[in-house]
Amino acid sequence: MTQYLIRRIFWAFFLFVVATMITYVIFFVVPADPATLAAGKATKPEIVAHIRRELHLNLPIYQQYWLFVWNLVRHGSFGYSFVNGLPVRTMLGQEIPVTASIVVGGVVMYLAIAIPTGVISALRPRSILDRSGMIFVLVGISAPSVWIGLILIYLVGFRLGWTPIGDYCNLKPTHAIGVCSGPGQWAYHLLLPWITLAVGSAALYTRLIRANVMETMSEDYVRTARAKGASPSRVLVQHVLRNSMLQVVTILGMDLGLLLGGVVFIEIVFGMPGLGAQLVQAAPRFDLPVIVGIVLFATLSVITFNFLVDVLYAWLDPRIRLA
Amino acid sequence: MALLEVQDLHTRFRTDDGVVKAVSGVSFELDRGKTLGVVGESGSGKSVTFLTVMGLVDRKIAEVEGSVRYDGEELLRASSSRLQKIRGRRIGMIFQDPMTSLNPVKKIGWQLEEAVRLHNDVSRDEARRRAIQALQEVEIPRAETRVDDYPHQFSGGMRQRVMIAMALINQPEVIIADEPTTALDVTTQAQILRLMKKLQDDHGAAIVMITHDLGVVAELADDVLVMYGGRVVEEAKVDDLFAAPQMPYTWGLLGSLPRLEQVATRLEQIPGQPPSLLHPPRGCAFNPRCAYVFDKCRAELPGLDPAPDKADHRYRCHLDDAERERIWAAKKAALTGVEGSAA
Amino acid sequence: MSELLVVEDLQKYFPVTRGLVFQKEIAQVKAVDGVSFTVEAGETLGVVGESGCGKSTMARCVARLLEPTGGKIIFDGRDITHLGRTQMRPIRRDMMMVFQDPYASLNARKRVGEIVAEPLDVHGIGTDKDRKRRVQELLEIVGLNPEHYNRFPHEFSGGQRQRIGIARALAINPKLIICDEPVSALDVSVQAQILNLLKDLQRDFDLTYIFIAHDLNVVRHVSDRVMVMYLGKPVETGSKQELYAEPKHPYSGALLSAVPIADPTLGRARKQIVLTGDVPSPINPPAACRFHPRCPRFVDGKCNVDEPELTPVAGSSDHSYACHFPLERWPMDEDEIRRRPSLAASVD
Repeated sequence: MTQYLIRRIFWAFFLFVVATMITYVIFFVVPADPATLAAGKATKPEIVAHIRRELHLNLPIYQQYWLFVWNLVRHGSFGYSFVNGLPVRTMLGQEIPVTASIVVGGVVMYLAIAIPTGVISALRPRSILDRSGMIFVLVGISAPSVWIGLILIYLVGFRLGWTPIGDYCNLKPTHAIGVCSGPGQWAYHLLLPWITLAVGSAALYTRLIRANVMETMSEDYVRTARAKGASPSRVLVQHVLRNSMLQVVTILGMDLGLLLGGVVFIEIVFGMPGLGAQLVQAAPRFDLPVIVGIVLFATLSVITFNFLVDVLYAWLDPRIRLA
Repeated sequence: MALLEVQDLHTRFRTDDGVVKAVSGVSFELDRGKTLGVVGESGSGKSVTFLTVMGLVDRKIAEVEGSVRYDGEELLRASSSRLQKIRGRRIGMIFQDPMTSLNPVKKIGWQLEEAVRLHNDVSRDEARRRAIQALQEVEIPRAETRVDDYPHQFSGGMRQRVMIAMALINQPEVIIADEPTTALDVTTQAQILRLMKKLQDDHGAAIVMITHDLGVVAELADDVLVMYGGRVVEEAKVDDLFAAPQMPYTWGLLGSLPRLEQVATRLEQIPGQPPSLLHPPRGCAFNPRCAYVFDKCRAELPGLDPAPDKADHRYRCHLDDAERERIWAAKKAALTGVEGSAA
Repeated sequence: MSELLVVEDLQKYFPVTRGLVFQKEIAQVKAVDGVSFTVEAGETLGVVGESGCGKSTMARCVARLLEPTGGKIIFDGRDITHLGRTQMRPIRRDMMMVFQDPYASLNARKRVGEIVAEPLDVHGIGTDKDRKRRVQELLEIVGLNPEHYNRFPHEFSGGQRQRIGIARALAINPKLIICDEPVSALDVSVQAQILNLLKDLQRDFDLTYIFIAHDLNVVRHVSDRVMVMYLGKPVETGSKQELYAEPKHPYSGALLSAVPIADPTLGRARKQIVLTGDVPSPINPPAACRFHPRCPRFVDGKCNVDEPELTPVAGSSDHSYACHFPLERWPMDEDEIRRRPSLAASVD
């Protein structure tokens, strides 16, 4: 088990280095001059040259990368935006909570829908609930989330006026005037983004959970448990759920990691200042430090969640833990 | 009164392709302390029969008819909570594949304790004590430490011992063993069969041994049911069945078995394939593969009738007795050859 | 008769690796560890043993589906032990395999005709028309309807699929067919059909078989000579008659007596030896005689120190065993088998 963990940590570190390197290389392969862009229109060549020096863009690529790693390790610094000169760390610090709020809330919501629906439709295949669940799944999978988001904004937010149609409010209450904040406002403003995120994924997870539960139900050891005289609910809780959640956990881990890198469409549709929205702004401006910062965070979250999945998996399945 | 009495049991599964008649009118009795061997090939209905008896077929897709009386109580109409009290307590079950029949994420001890605590109001410590004792009884070395291991840490033979320990832990009156040694090597099979005999002697449980292996039946059973196409086609005391089988399918089974004591160089083969349970043949289910088929066999299902001189040897066949006797005599000579005199 | 296949001291070790970055070999699974035998043209060599005895690995090495770690394989007078892919190609025409699982060994997306014609394609034999005729002929030979060459494997039952596998193996008139548990997945009545078919084909086409199975009855039925394997080594070889009538190795004896007899009278009368424990792991197998931890005749200081060599039985041409304390007679029961001759008598 210890060895398994060490190996995982090693791979996580390796992936981290590779991901940031690739970002740097891609950036330098793309023919663009951030210095010119940063300097704005019609500037003198000496100003551009100055900016270039300031941003260390005159150095060879490996030195720039080394500088980035050094600053990161030594000062915990991600550098400064080429565009507005703000520390990337500060920018990420503001954007991560937004994205995380959307993702965590959305994931909680879709799991809350998918787990019971998936399990119940697996236990009663072909029942009315299973069939209507399947229709919901079909709709959820076929509808793009942007479209769902827009429909929700129009119907719920605009026509019915039940919810705000955008803007992000801080979870932590502040008393600044004109700034909305506090858990109530936070959730109220995030309701539509959450639903938008949840619809598609809930459908997918319902299907996944249904399939996994049905498969586990047909396992020999489930029959053994029933032959022992265990009640259906006990069989489900003690023998089926844990085994059928193994695959779900894997996919959930991957999804969480990916989503935390930025839910681009939802952030843009609802005007949420998250990582995805920032990435969309930074990319065309070649704002390398910001892009690298976001890529770094996304990689880190994917790695972290994969790692957590592995640990969870080992905990769930003794065959891995004791191998 | 017999401990387990099954009368005219039918199990039909509704599938997308039609109704699968897995069990069609099976009747038998099982007495306390006896071993009933149930032989048949895949699709003969032997496993489904006993899953039905245990109430383990999914009633949402299966239609079940007939009567299953256990100690006088009708099980087919018993509530599910009543059945849960009987399963694992009064009837234990052992399945074919010990590799997949234990929950891979729970410790062996937990799984044994679960069996104890489902039926007895005892403390965890007491359940654990009984679990260890059960493992000792099935001769698992170092039971006190092995109880904390997971199934994948056991070999196939050891897992089957765990399954037996689990089936026996509440000292049931009946053990239904569905191909318990099929997945095991022969030396392990010999160990498991010997263990089952010993445990039967110690506890006096009745055993139902479901198998495709006539050798296993010959070793263990008192009475035998031969099943084919969802029906019992022959039933007899084990000695009678092997000394004088009466039904062409049983002859075929015996003839197609290569065996150590046999001298014939060519096996008798049953042509064709086992019947489809979706579209079973009219008349006798065996008629398309039978060498002695005549018109009546294709039109009419033969009844399970007793032999003229033995009321407890019954079989389904339209052949007349003289004819049957003549064919079997010839077959027996061919089968045993020079050793025919010894048998 | 001539020797078609000579195998000398065949070894196949699989590495067991562990490591964080660089995989380091920490142990070896000695799946096959010194197996020698010959197969005469036209005969059937049966190989029996329990799971983990290395019989299938041995077969795959002989067919050169696996690269042997050591030893020599001489097929039809030619050393094929380390031949490369292209050099093996012409030899593969003469050596075919039939596998256990008729479900897994046939490509589900190919029609039966294509499957059976595969060896013809691979070796570029005949025109399309010739091949179709040959496939139909082969289907007929193995007892399938030749008109079914356009069907898919899933439309056939287990026994019929095994027939398809046999037809494929026969397609280019091989000299040797290696059958790896060809009937263990089949029902008894179907198993008999396949065994009879294999025998008929041997007679009609002068085939030589290596027949691998865990079922002693089946092996006895098809074989001329039999080799019993235990943990990667042969423990006894001999003609079928001698080996089954008078086994010398206690493991062979235990195997024979473990087989259930389909006759209650004979069954009750027979003497049975039930071994204790399981087959040990082939990683770090027991020292000296590998059977010693389970052997009823085990002698401390001898069996766990000296490895017994394959020794010929006096007065027999090809019956040999690897045991310090061979069985004096057969059958024996468990008490008799424990009463081995004294150590002094056996050490010369």
